[in-house]
Amino acid sequence: MERIPILRMGPFLLITIQVDMHDKLAMQLQDDVTERISDWGSSGVLIDISSLEIVDSFIGRMLANIAAMSRVLGAETVVVGMQPAVAITLVELGMSLPGVRTALNVESGMELLNASFGRSQIGTMHDSSEA
Amino acid sequence: MTVAKRELLPLQTSSDVVVARQKVRQWAIELRFSLIDQTKLVTAASELARNALDHGQGGQMTIEVVNGAARSGLRLTFEDHGPGIPDIEMALKDGYTTGAGMGLGLGGSKRLVNDFFIESETGKGTKITVVRWK
Repeated sequence: MERIPILRMGPFLLITIQVDMHDKLAMQLQDDVTERISDWGSSGVLIDISSLEIVDSFIGRMLANIAAMSRVLGAETVVVGMQPAVAITLVELGMSLPGVRTALNVESGMELLNASFGRSQIGTMHDSSEA
Repeated sequence: MTVAKRELLPLQTSSDVVVARQKVRQWAIELRFSLIDQTKLVTAASELARNALDHGQGGQMTIEVVNGAARSGLRLTFEDHGPGIPDIEMALKDGYTTGAGMGLGLGGSKRLVNDFFIESETGKGTKITVVRWK
């Protein structure tokens, strides 16, 4: 079955949505993220939507659900890279994604996550090699 | 108002919704809609196509290039043979939902287009026509 890949980066999960998702794929992603958080004990989720040409109420709800479920599981979610036209449309549609933290790009999203957990960098990636 | 081009698309599965919005995007680009106008129309199409599928038990979308007196636009018609909408005014209110959604579908899409017409008959189905002018 078709799936959106979820990458593990130290304590965080990195998801880049690059396809025009149909609803079932979006629901699948929601389930997969919560499963990974619980399997890997992840403390942050970064979702890059810079390739998404639209975010409708369904995708918006999926993002809000992922943020809420992650929070319950002890992880912080940041959605990054929303295109300006998508943001304008989403607000006009009536959705301002309450409860979802956002950042302009992956870099600042990562900074947000690192700051949330008091890390100066994605330090745990080097844990094994550093003293 | 004359119709310059017309195509019919089925709305029976969630993949059909993806195909429908890609078609709307493609035609909006051909008509040289601005990126924001494209995004608004495609988003409205996505909401209405999903409505036809989830609440109307599937249906079809007609996409047309229409020419008015001094302007052209894209007209989308969504038809289903579902249960119909008993109270249209209520259904257009933000936050009103009978399903699992957020209730932004109808009212929200209305704000994303220039013209919005809705006809619905209980037990017969619903027909929603929207136009976005260039």
